[in-house]
Amino acid sequence: MTPALALLRRDIRLAWREGGAIGTALGFYLVVVAITPLGVGPDLNLLSRIAPGVLWVALLLASLLSADRILHNDYEDGALDVLANGPLPLTLVVALKSLAHWITTGVPLALLAPILGLLLNLPIEAFPLLVLAMLAGTPAVSFLAAIGASLTLGLRRSGVLLALLVLPLYVPVLIFGVATVSAATTGPASPWPPLLMLCALSLASIVLAPIAAAAALRNAMR
Amino acid sequence: MPSLANPTRFLSIVDRVVPWLAALTMLLLAYGLYLALFVAPPDYQQGETVKIMFIHVPAAWLAMFGYTLIAVASLGTLIWRHPLADVAAKTAVPIGATFTFIALVTGSLWGKPMWGTYWVWDARLTSVLVLFLLYLGLLALWQSIEEPGRAGRAAAILALVGFINVPIIHFSVTWWNTLHQPASVFRTGGPTIDPSLLVPLLVMALGFTLLFVLLHLIAMRAEILRRRVHALQQIAVERAATAQA
Repeated sequence: MTPALALLRRDIRLAWREGGAIGTALGFYLVVVAITPLGVGPDLNLLSRIAPGVLWVALLLASLLSADRILHNDYEDGALDVLANGPLPLTLVVALKSLAHWITTGVPLALLAPILGLLLNLPIEAFPLLVLAMLAGTPAVSFLAAIGASLTLGLRRSGVLLALLVLPLYVPVLIFGVATVSAATTGPASPWPPLLMLCALSLASIVLAPIAAAAALRNAMR
Repeated sequence: MPSLANPTRFLSIVDRVVPWLAALTMLLLAYGLYLALFVAPPDYQQGETVKIMFIHVPAAWLAMFGYTLIAVASLGTLIWRHPLADVAAKTAVPIGATFTFIALVTGSLWGKPMWGTYWVWDARLTSVLVLFLLYLGLLALWQSIEEPGRAGRAAAILALVGFINVPIIHFSVTWWNTLHQPASVFRTGGPTIDPSLLVPLLVMALGFTLLFVLLHLIAMRAEILRRRVHALQQIAVERAATAQA
């Protein structure tokens, strides 16, 4: 087994066995979506109109909640130092850790979204596109979160700071994500252009974000 | 540029430049305000509210200028390790954030009489708001990391990642055809503003730019002196510790 695959499997297994890691994000997602109708009122027409936005905002917040897990534990117990001196370039290490975060957070959240869509009266026809858009957009979410995680590594109040740094970078993902789902529910507009933009955002962040995150990581570990 | 790398020489140049620059800035701003408030005619549609433009547009230009300056200084920190680059990047953050805030507030006050609302989620307004949030993120990152070297490199990386927003702001009015009007000064085919309004605007823009440079130089001087005081304090503490031991 190559070192890259071994690292990916290790990170996924750690997230899985830690138990709380995946469950917390999913639970947080459920709670945020569940309290929204209590806040805006139970009008089903209104809910189905704002459902795409609520689902996307809650998804971004839920994945930020687990974002410092990408690097923090390995930094605390010294595994990150070993990885930095190992056979893999640091850029690839960060990329694999972001990929593991996507598999253990982005994918489960995207798959849970249709069930929460039911709570918000999102039309059933929109469900395939909702899952597709979230699967296309969440890689960008995980890889950009890695930049924030490496910039705030080992700082006090790193969680809040991470959210402040990364949320502005999520604006394009949010806009095109909501546009894709809204096009499926309401509009004559085609959902494909915003969906392709989401794919482009994810591909660009997969290539570029690890470079920035690795540079920040080298700085933090110096 | 290499001669400026020496902080002592930089400080002596700043000391000599600041009084002249301050006088020139005040003269230009006074002349610009006089032109804007008393000479420029009211717009045939907007009336006197067009005068908000003379504050709003220069502030918005400098909001982007400030972030571009930070991004260039960040390259200086990461690539050339220029000793003054992170001082320049750090001190430009609060100034740029202030100009962004002024642009947002004056735009909001101008939007109420013209568009009927203080705020719309238009592409230009949203991207400038994101610019303001990026400034706040930089500010928070600088304040969270105590060691200036590490803080400088971390902020430089964040600044370069966020720089992608600056071209988006510039082209937002072209790409998304929304409420905010398209560019009317820097465009191919020349400005579409009448000279009677354009001349005061350019005078104000020059005055604002000099104000930015002036504030930035003063802030850089203060930051260099602050770091020296900090270093001297540490030396004093170490001496006291060795004397006791």
